[in-house]
Amino acid sequence: MKKTVLYGTLAASALLAGAAGAQTLEAVQSNGELSCGVSTGLAGFSAPDANGVWQGFDVAVCRAVAAAVLGDPMAVSFVSTTGQTRFSALASGEIDMLSRNTTWTLSRDVDLGNTFAGINYYDGQGFMVNRELGVGSAMELSGATVCIQTGTTTELNLADFFRVNGMEYEPVPIETNAEAQQQYLAGACDVYTTDASGLAATRASFPEPGNHAILPEIISKEPLGPAVRQGDDQWADIVRWTLNALIAAEELGVTSANIEELAAGTDNPEINRLLGSEGDLGGMLGLDSDWAVRAISAAGNYGEIFASTIGEQTPIGLARGLNAQWTQGGLLYAPPFR
Amino acid sequence: MSDTHANTVSYVRDSMLPEQEPPLKERGAMKWLRENLFSGWLNTALTLLSIFVIWFIIIEVGPWLMNTVWNAGSLRECREILDGTSGACFAVIKDRWHQLMFGFYPQDMYWRPVLAFVLMLVAVAPILFAELPRKMLYFSGLFPFIGYHLLWGGSIWLPIAALMGFVAGYIAFRLLDRMSSLISTLGAVAAALVWWFVLAAPFNAVLSSALPVGLPFVRSDAFGGFLVSLVIGVSGISLSLPLGILLALGRQSEMIFVKTVCVVFIEFIRGVPLITLLFTASLLLNYFLPPGTSFDLILRVIIMVTLFATAYMAEVIRGGLAALPKGQYEAADALGLDYWKAQRLIIMPQALKISIPGIVNTFIGLFKDTTLVVFIGLLDPIGLSNAIRADTNWNGIYWELFIFIGALFFIFCFSMSRYSQYLERKLKTDHR
Repeated sequence: MKKTVLYGTLAASALLAGAAGAQTLEAVQSNGELSCGVSTGLAGFSAPDANGVWQGFDVAVCRAVAAAVLGDPMAVSFVSTTGQTRFSALASGEIDMLSRNTTWTLSRDVDLGNTFAGINYYDGQGFMVNRELGVGSAMELSGATVCIQTGTTTELNLADFFRVNGMEYEPVPIETNAEAQQQYLAGACDVYTTDASGLAATRASFPEPGNHAILPEIISKEPLGPAVRQGDDQWADIVRWTLNALIAAEELGVTSANIEELAAGTDNPEINRLLGSEGDLGGMLGLDSDWAVRAISAAGNYGEIFASTIGEQTPIGLARGLNAQWTQGGLLYAPPFR
Repeated sequence: MSDTHANTVSYVRDSMLPEQEPPLKERGAMKWLRENLFSGWLNTALTLLSIFVIWFIIIEVGPWLMNTVWNAGSLRECREILDGTSGACFAVIKDRWHQLMFGFYPQDMYWRPVLAFVLMLVAVAPILFAELPRKMLYFSGLFPFIGYHLLWGGSIWLPIAALMGFVAGYIAFRLLDRMSSLISTLGAVAAALVWWFVLAAPFNAVLSSALPVGLPFVRSDAFGGFLVSLVIGVSGISLSLPLGILLALGRQSEMIFVKTVCVVFIEFIRGVPLITLLFTASLLLNYFLPPGTSFDLILRVIIMVTLFATAYMAEVIRGGLAALPKGQYEAADALGLDYWKAQRLIIMPQALKISIPGIVNTFIGLFKDTTLVVFIGLLDPIGLSNAIRADTNWNGIYWELFIFIGALFFIFCFSMSRYSQYLERKLKTDHR
């Protein structure tokens, strides 16, 4: 009897939670604010500037969603989450979406009850060495001392890579990226390994960046993307298609500079459908027809966001690489807006 | 016969010689050096070693500090200005000091936390220094409500409604005081609870809509830097001492239920690391609370930090209680004092006096432990130093930020330590 009551309560609360979860769009609209989980600070991806305004590549995704849903890219409250707190913050409803350089893996998608809305950055683990070592390839690293952050997937990838290639290494465990930079510069390790985007950001902060080389080998797949709670398909669709709109806009040549002109109507039906002058794609999402115009106007299309936050003109200086459009030999491929 | 006295009797001197200076070794700086620094071969060696270490630090750090750059927009600019020479780049502090102090608190409202801090000093002054007029204690009692309103703002009626709960409790206590101390205490608690849970919400709602006065509301996620450390630290410190005293008394109690509850609480909290409690505050509570309720994160952390410090405080005070001879308790009984009067007038003044070093130890530890909130994503000074470093302008800067944060923490902790020494001297705790 007691057990039945317990199960009943559990089921009821699960139903309640599910019902609450299906209303993220309404909750966001009634709050007038999107609550977006970001990293506590990762160069180029999310960081507060001197005025306390968050900037970065991951932040731009939040702003685009806020612009699409609320019409104001600044209507975002950023919640800084750590690697440990990010998923529970999402599951508990403290944040509406998570845009925090989070790798899309099966267990995170299925077991932790998240829905990944797409991939905004294709990353992978790389190696950085001092040029004085004269190493040109990760295959020559046998016997090296390696600075590695403990408790991360990079640690496991590193072990796999050296085992598969029959090489030896000596790990120097470190806790944070900041500590790693100091240890590496002080010569405590020959090699520093983490995600390639992180390596580039780290190298850019060195007094003599030219003395350090990032090796060509990428030893893991790290597809990073925004995530939302499982069970609210409408909200997941909005985030997914906002991201797709940013990517498609670059492919179609829609930029923050020419968007007003194009939104009036063009000869290209795909652009017209994207920008709402033809069809009613926004209505299908539960938004108005200008949603994509606002999302793209917030910080530009995918290419513009990339260039202004982490691209080659910034101190971080990442090349597009895998993150180029599929027409340019990259992996970015937005499904058709139809 | 000779004229000189000295020779009248050859072995007697009948005039005083003028006082001579002590030998060089026994006076002035030489004496001090000999006695304090070179009094034996071991001390000499240690002195030389220390001089070498100090010299080394000055040689290594001195030029770096002297060559400080104060005006630059980024680390790269700093390096360009330094042009290859070694030097500190404190420009980052100049650029971001306001974030390290206040987090993302709106810049045009910085006067509010500053005023709250100044008022806090005024509020603690009569508690710390007995020379000040006792009337100031009324202000100390009001300060938590004033401080809350200054920091968070919102409707002024919320802190007033909370304060009225205490007033209701006090009135009930006065009215029932003639019956018995137990009934009056229970009555006071009941009156306060009834006010808070039943009457306060409508009171607040009515007055907030009728007379909407108050400072603009600032959300907790705008708090950061030393503001967070101080809010958590000061609340934790001021709540943990009274709660710790109650727990310590409860653990000494002869009532089995009270005693068991206190022992279980203390041993449970002491058996769990603070970081676990913080993770509970930030992760688990979210799952237990109904979806959609957002229970303020800073409030959750304050509660957890307070519980943690309370358990340690209780044990420190229990140490003080145990050090009192049994005769003190018996003397209090012999004077016909009831339990609370005996505690207030005889036991606690002595027990707390003995416990001062331990209490201040716990305070300082608690204040420094506030930096652990960085692990649950609150941006305390350490968390902000990471966030500042994540800005591409300042990526790669370490020492300057840590020196600044360390210096500020040192100011607070050192002044606590000095105050406790002053108090010990004043109360002569060692019975010399």
